Amino acid sequence: MTVVVELEDKPGQLLRVLEPISKLGGNIVGIVHQRGRKTPLNRVPVEITLRIDARRVGELVERLEEKVIVRSVDEVTMLESTFLLLIGHIIHTDLSDTITRVDSSDAECVEIFVSMPRRSEASTALLTIAARSKEALSIAVARLKEVCARKGIEVIDPIDGDFV
Amino acid sequence: MIKIAIVGFGIVGRSFAELLLRKRETLAKRIGEFEVVLVADSKSAMYGEFDLREAIEIKKKSGRLKYDAKAVELLQELDYDVLVECTPTRIDGGEGVEHMRIALSSGAHVVTSNKSIVAAFRELEELAEKKGVRLMYEATVGAAIPVIRTIRGYLSTFTITGLAGVLNGTCNYILTRMEDEGLSYEHVLREAIELGIAEADPSYDVEGIDAAIKLVILANTIGIDARFEDVERRGISFLTPEAFKAASEKGYTIRLVAEAGDSLSVRPRLVRKGHPLATRGTMNVIVLHTEEAGSISLAGRGAGGVETASAMLSDLVAIYDSSR
Repeated sequence: MTVVVELEDKPGQLLRVLEPISKLGGNIVGIVHQRGRKTPLNRVPVEITLRIDARRVGELVERLEEKVIVRSVDEVTMLESTFLLLIGHIIHTDLSDTITRVDSSDAECVEIFVSMPRRSEASTALLTIAARSKEALSIAVARLKEVCARKGIEVIDPIDGDFV
Repeated sequence: MIKIAIVGFGIVGRSFAELLLRKRETLAKRIGEFEVVLVADSKSAMYGEFDLREAIEIKKKSGRLKYDAKAVELLQELDYDVLVECTPTRIDGGEGVEHMRIALSSGAHVVTSNKSIVAAFRELEELAEKKGVRLMYEATVGAAIPVIRTIRGYLSTFTITGLAGVLNGTCNYILTRMEDEGLSYEHVLREAIELGIAEADPSYDVEGIDAAIKLVILANTIGIDARFEDVERRGISFLTPEAFKAASEKGYTIRLVAEAGDSLSVRPRLVRKGHPLATRGTMNVIVLHTEEAGSISLAGRGAGGVETASAMLSDLVAIYDSSR
């Protein structure tokens, strides 16, 4: 998830945010100080990306609000993504239905490029799926493969890992 | 005196015989004196006292050897120390496995290029162990790429968690051409058949059967008890030029990847350009995943008479080197 908080521009402020995150078992992925976007009240927006158990998000936001100004909370941060190639009659087998099957609260199809060489011939689509976790991603990919198998669409997935 | 029986006298069998003649002196220094006591193809043979050079010439000219004979019978009757089996692969095992069974049972070592062993891998391994002889099959996968030896020898103290490979040169040639030229599958296949890279009936290669057989051999070598039927398999004929173009925009290409780990599969996969598996042309690659040292890649030509025969010669020397 990503949280944007406003902090006063003086030492020790960040700690007020980090403490509750760490106490609730969150793992910080990245912190960006947006110094160039200081507010009229001289506060600095700070964007914090973190991983945390979804069930503790509510509590975390409450605790943060006690200490600092919470500007926005984006619960679903897609941390994992993959892309796949689809070959077959993609459009005529209800593309929007195919995509909808992948989407869930934990994963979604974020990008799709389709090329159609000629009518009646197989089309090719490049599909990008983003998800909150590796597990959610593999569930979404499995779901896509399942619906494509039913529709007679071939799916090409990447090999696992980059072991170079 | 090591007595060698060669069964299967096509390109690979003859290449092996030619290597024996060409390297006779250096071989003799390594393994001691040897002689070929039998050469046989599917319907004819020469055995006992004969000139190996002459056998090669006769076979080349007439397509057969001097005497009508069945290898199965000769292997039971003759006395030999090692069978060099290079008859064509049959997925049900066929005569090739029968030849090896007879040889192992009679206490002879077996060196083979015949992927038929896939049909009876455990049985043959156990038979060899029981009889205290060796079953050597380096030549069945990736021709002269030393993958079996690497797994069984150098990596025998490592934990191999899985492997991935490009194991069929014909498919890889077709995919490379499609990638480079934006050509259709049908077009490149016709070209490959004309070039002699693909068979007139290409299904054995392009449907991933050949790659799946090799995968099962490799899987068994790293300790996975696998059979051909266990492999999830999809060929390459559905691939489009647009698929390569789309993959390329992300820095990827498509290769027929054979993979063994939690499960076994042979199917087209997206492979990042520059990755060892994104190999080109008729080359083969095997990437072994180890717990201790990450991934180890072996690459080289995946086919060819001399390449395959060289692997068998190396196997032959390994048998006698280690027991001297």
